Amino acid sequence: MPMPAEEIERLLREAFPDAKIEIRDLAGDGDHYAATVISEAFRGKSRVRQHQMVYAALQGRMGGELHALALTTGVPEEG
Amino acid sequence: MTDVKDWIDSVVKENDVVLFMKGTHEQPMCGFSGRVVQILDYLGVPFTDVNVLVSDELRQGIKEYTNWPTIPQLYVKGEFVGGCDIVTEMFQNGELVKLLAEKGIPHRVPQQ
Repeated sequence: MPMPAEEIERLLREAFPDAKIEIRDLAGDGDHYAATVISEAFRGKSRVRQHQMVYAALQGRMGGELHALALTTGVPEEG
Repeated sequence: MTDVKDWIDSVVKENDVVLFMKGTHEQPMCGFSGRVVQILDYLGVPFTDVNVLVSDELRQGIKEYTNWPTIPQLYVKGEFVGGCDIVTEMFQNGELVKLLAEKGIPHRVPQQ
């Protein structure tokens, strides 16, 4: 059962309230998305750690319901 | 379940570069796995390929081993480097070549 973009955004919003979140549906099948999450919560964390935080926010749907999520994470530019 | 994790642990420790993937080096069965194979081949990095499709226990075990929900997974000298996104990003910004050099892994340095 594919996952709607709004559901992904809701879960990410819950975990990263301050974040700038952008979700693109890559294939139109509800199964392949690209997501960009820019949040202060990632500051000082390795890229692997950042992605793990996003997967945790998706509460286990990643790899099951959601087959592919091309992730880009980062921290907001200073100033 | 622990024997799978012990086995995974031994594989990543005994081999310099290990790619847990869907399919094999010669026949990747998923676009993401195939992309990491292309990057490693382009850099001329010899690696051990482990086809997770051969056993569900392995496919599940590897995800729990690093708390990482997707395949492929790249390991260099026993350390988890990342999945397809991260390896691609590191390849594009030169971090992957830097990591390989730091870890003493033989590789081709692409002309920028």
